[in-house]
Amino acid sequence: MNLRRMPFTREIGWLVLAFLYLPVFILVLYSFNGNRTATVWTEFSVKWYARTFHNPSIQVAAWNSIILAITASFGSTVLALLAAMAARHFFKGRSAVEATLNAPLILPEIVIAVATLILVVSVGVELGLMSMIPAHVAFCIPFAYLPIRARIQGMDAGMEEAAMDLYCNRFSTFRRVTLPLLWPGVLAGFTLAFVTSLDLFLVSFFLAGPGSTTLPVYIYSAIKAGISPEINAISTIMLVVSIALVMVSFAFGRMRR
Amino acid sequence: MPSAVDIRNVSKSFGRGAYAVEVLKSVSVEIAHKEFFTLLGPSGCGKTTLLRLIAGFEAAQKGQILIDGVEMSSLPPFQRPVNTVFQSYSLFPHLTVAQNVAFGLEGTGASRSEVKRRVGEALEMVRMGDFECRKPSELSGGQQQRVALARALAPRPKVLLLDEPLSALDLKLRKQMQIELKQLQEEAGITFVFVTHDQEEALTLSDRVAVMHQGRILQLDDPRTIYEHPSHRFVADFIGDINFLEGRVDTRGVIALKCGAVLADSRAGATHGDISVAIRPERAKRVPTGQGNVDGTLIQSVYLGTGLLHQLRLPCGSVFLLREAAAEAAPLPAHGGTVGIELPAAAISVFAS
Repeated sequence: MNLRRMPFTREIGWLVLAFLYLPVFILVLYSFNGNRTATVWTEFSVKWYARTFHNPSIQVAAWNSIILAITASFGSTVLALLAAMAARHFFKGRSAVEATLNAPLILPEIVIAVATLILVVSVGVELGLMSMIPAHVAFCIPFAYLPIRARIQGMDAGMEEAAMDLYCNRFSTFRRVTLPLLWPGVLAGFTLAFVTSLDLFLVSFFLAGPGSTTLPVYIYSAIKAGISPEINAISTIMLVVSIALVMVSFAFGRMRR
Repeated sequence: MPSAVDIRNVSKSFGRGAYAVEVLKSVSVEIAHKEFFTLLGPSGCGKTTLLRLIAGFEAAQKGQILIDGVEMSSLPPFQRPVNTVFQSYSLFPHLTVAQNVAFGLEGTGASRSEVKRRVGEALEMVRMGDFECRKPSELSGGQQQRVALARALAPRPKVLLLDEPLSALDLKLRKQMQIELKQLQEEAGITFVFVTHDQEEALTLSDRVAVMHQGRILQLDDPRTIYEHPSHRFVADFIGDINFLEGRVDTRGVIALKCGAVLADSRAGATHGDISVAIRPERAKRVPTGQGNVDGTLIQSVYLGTGLLHQLRLPCGSVFLLREAAAEAAPLPAHGGTVGIELPAAAISVFAS
């Protein structure tokens, strides 16, 4: 069946694209609106960006988000790399282990958030960054794991044998051959984990203590007081940061090949 | 002086319990210094496994492997004085040609200038000196092959292991690389252990050939002996073209073939009973009808450039191949005509069947 011959295929396609991207476009556009009302355009201005940068609670939230994203993506990438190396060879219960690692992909985020909150409270750890970091790490593992796993499966095991044949012990084989060959996967995993952590709302919302608000949590609480152009500005910044990060890591990945 | 490689009663199985497959059955062989030694056999005969055991990628269940008199069994691959040229080359795609060749030299304590000099030498030896800065993906198959050779030779291993290194090349390049490989081995003065399933390659290159079948070495000899005096029916069949003629031998060594010929062979008397006689197409002679051991009907004659290959039908119905030099060939009868076939006693091998 030729899909192009179906009626309205083109129209449906444009509608889907508009539905996905028009709101984002309008959000970016209105972040440059001089008017306080979110729906009426008056003049071009960057004053909301200036205000955003000078708002101490946004500064704290941004700082928290970045610390969380860096530690979570770093921690989850290291763990995911180790797990992917271990899962290369068959062992009893391998698929169970992989399913467990990837559980955050299918479990409802709200369940994970509530369960982690109960755990943290019952163990007696204080709410805040110290409880959010491990939760973010655990949640980000599958996002780091899947690209690394795909890369490992596509890797020629002969490469590592060649390195060992040329007098590399296990560690230097990993450092000089395995890691460089896995690098594009590691980078992709790191980026995905970073963006996921930056965007993680429910887990942060439940586990945040005083002073450990993240950007999504801040936006959520600010929006209850009405949509302000400031929110448009923060959202635009987050959007740009995410896209820039993905592009940089994509460029790096290509360079290494 | 100890042998370069000494393999003693090595056995290896893969899998466990009822699923275990024994791929090497108590194999023993000694390989001399500076020898070009070839393991030849069909796929699944255990030749690659034996090579991987020497390299240290697999561990044997039984037996010992000594290199230059030193027991290797407990050593990992990176502590063995051997290097491997892999079938798929396994060049590191993230490194340049020069970095690939330098790979085994780094960490040996050689200074940077020493490494650079030896990389240059190794690349010069395989005539790839101009490609130092290329990545493996920018090289042709033949060039990758040369770089893989240079990489394995640069650390000057005691033994070089080659796992079907020419099988991925096209015929013409393969012939050229065969000659270069032989020259390289003589220049470098290194023991080569070469694995192939190509019998012609094995005969051309090797000082000695071990023909393997089902986890055992059937025959271990120089190429000429392997070709002219195969010790097993399998070896005779695997290497080159050969005719098998079924028959019986009595205690006096008189062989009566099913096709009607009667031969005398003093060596055959020991194996009286059913036997098969093997003879190479070029060792049988075409003679006038009635003057040979048996007559055959001409089915087809093919001109090969270097000679003529005749397909003859024997009285018993089987097909016999006979090759002769084109220049000396007597005029041929028309298709369907008869010719005499002489089976010289020195040219036949007799196997119990």
